[in-house]
Amino acid sequence: MNITEKILAKSAGVKNVYPGDIIDSNVDILMIHDLTGPLAVKSFEKIGIKKVWNNQKIIVVLDHQIPAESIKAAELHKTMRNFAKKQKLKIYDVGKGGICHQVLPEKGHVLPGEIILGADSHTCTYGAFGAFGTGIGSTEAAAVMATGKIWLKVPESIKINVNGEFKKFVTPKDLILFTIGKLGAGGAIYKSIEFSGSTISTMGMSGRMTVCNMAVEMGAKNGIIEPDKTTKRFLEGRIKQPEKAFELFRSDSDSIYKQTVDINVTDLEPQIACSPSVDNIKVVSEVNNIQIDQAFIGSCTNGRIEDLRLAAKILKGKKVKDNVRTLVIPASQEVYLQALKEGLVETFTDSGALVCGATCGPCLGGHIGLLAKDEVCVSTSNRNFIGRMGSKEAKVYLASPATVAASAIAGRIIDPQKVEI
Amino acid sequence: MKINGKAVKFGNNIDTDVILPGKYLVLFEPKELAKHAMDGIDPQFPEKAKKGIIVVGGKNFGCGSSREQAPIALKYSGVKCVIADSFARIFFRNAINIGLPLMECEGISKIVDNNDDLTIDINHGKISNNTKDKNLQVNKLPPFIIEILNDGGLIENLRRRINKNE
Ligand code: SF4
Repeated sequence: MNITEKILAKSAGVKNVYPGDIIDSNVDILMIHDLTGPLAVKSFEKIGIKKVWNNQKIIVVLDHQIPAESIKAAELHKTMRNFAKKQKLKIYDVGKGGICHQVLPEKGHVLPGEIILGADSHTCTYGAFGAFGTGIGSTEAAAVMATGKIWLKVPESIKINVNGEFKKFVTPKDLILFTIGKLGAGGAIYKSIEFSGSTISTMGMSGRMTVCNMAVEMGAKNGIIEPDKTTKRFLEGRIKQPEKAFELFRSDSDSIYKQTVDINVTDLEPQIACSPSVDNIKVVSEVNNIQIDQAFIGSCTNGRIEDLRLAAKILKGKKVKDNVRTLVIPASQEVYLQALKEGLVETFTDSGALVCGATCGPCLGGHIGLLAKDEVCVSTSNRNFIGRMGSKEAKVYLASPATVAASAIAGRIIDPQKVEI
Repeated sequence: MKINGKAVKFGNNIDTDVILPGKYLVLFEPKELAKHAMDGIDPQFPEKAKKGIIVVGGKNFGCGSSREQAPIALKYSGVKCVIADSFARIFFRNAINIGLPLMECEGISKIVDNNDDLTIDINHGKISNNTKDKNLQVNKLPPFIIEILNDGGLIENLRRRINKNE
């Protein structure tokens, strides 16, 4: 069995599973947030059970529209606070956490070998830690809150072998964009994607999270990477119960994959997903002449300290173009604090960028930095669907923090390898 | 369960941001959400759906975010059933969980045109295009999923099962 199959088998208490099997899994952690949570709460209350199955295993994060951008959002937040209080759930409120997919691992809620469900499609991010993470909807989250169980179909798996070393200013984001371009937006529907190879094993947790985060952009059920010493190092000091053993599953050498893809990143150039679809991938230098109105560095894909350091390296001592609104949004309070300590917030502010508190921000067009008709934004986030960041007539391009920072200076989309630093 | 209605067709990779843009996620009432169904691609959709229709999608229908508000908006705008060449998995689960019947059928988008009269037999996995006089047999949904749909959704299903055990 491969790593995903092993985790699923364990969760269902069976010895073996095969692709296509429908299993009844025990859930280790469930996450709900301010947009999907209220509906889950409403559904939970309809079931007619008073208490959640396990209040230690349900995490509430307010992140999508914080601080409340409207009275409606404020009401939703209140619903979540009240529910968390009543059920005695851990809640990361405004100023205490940040984007759910950053907060859960940071605060030690994600362990290798576990089944982590989130009422959010990018729950696949947790695969970076060797966990099985997948997104579900609100009603299903309500059912999980009641029972602690979920039915899952064991997916077929795709293996992506990545080898070689990145060139300067080429990042894990460029790798995952390239992969999406190769497989297509529907290239991994219902499937598990396992990333492996020397590039992955030398990659830090931040890069691994970026890679797994976008697995869902190919339709995948989960993205996953075998846990190793890098994973362990990240978890040290973050896990609440160090005595709680976790299992480091690895894929057997005779595991079966539906498809294997080999990628060598040695010559990989910076990649960009052009509006309006995430698999409309081009090499950045080919789309050189697109003027931009907004540059966004942040989101659960690329709002980590490593991303901010990279952007700051490019922006240091430079000014962003006058007509480019540049938003920098750290993925969590922890990232924000670190960026402050390292002087990155100063660098960004000096360059003319606006640094906001940890939130999803413009990523989903909920609040902060929406786009007007005909405007163009280059963003480090993960989706460029029509209307995703505001007007249906706006365009969103997805790229790495290096490309976005370089483009903010140039006022147009530009290959970061071409800027002088 | 048999469903009859006229087809309203969409292309490949119809994402949930198109089905229900993020800015409407603060709305809570299904009827309010329904007013914005398919807002990203066809603002006239709620008007069309009113009479009770069947949505026919291409590949990867419902991709993108996990927002359950997307199938809710469709259901309450008048969509009786969604059939597509393939579905994104979260959308598929969400639709079942809120009691919106759906069926996957590769190649369906090629043999249905807008306004064709369709009959979907969920229990037997049969799709009939009455306008073109064509029948298709597809993989049946597993019995427990049909049971959830018959109960009207996962919450109702769970309530029934819990009451039975008590
Ligand atoms: S940052 Fe964007 S993709 Fe990530 S959880 Fe928030 S809205 Fe979703």
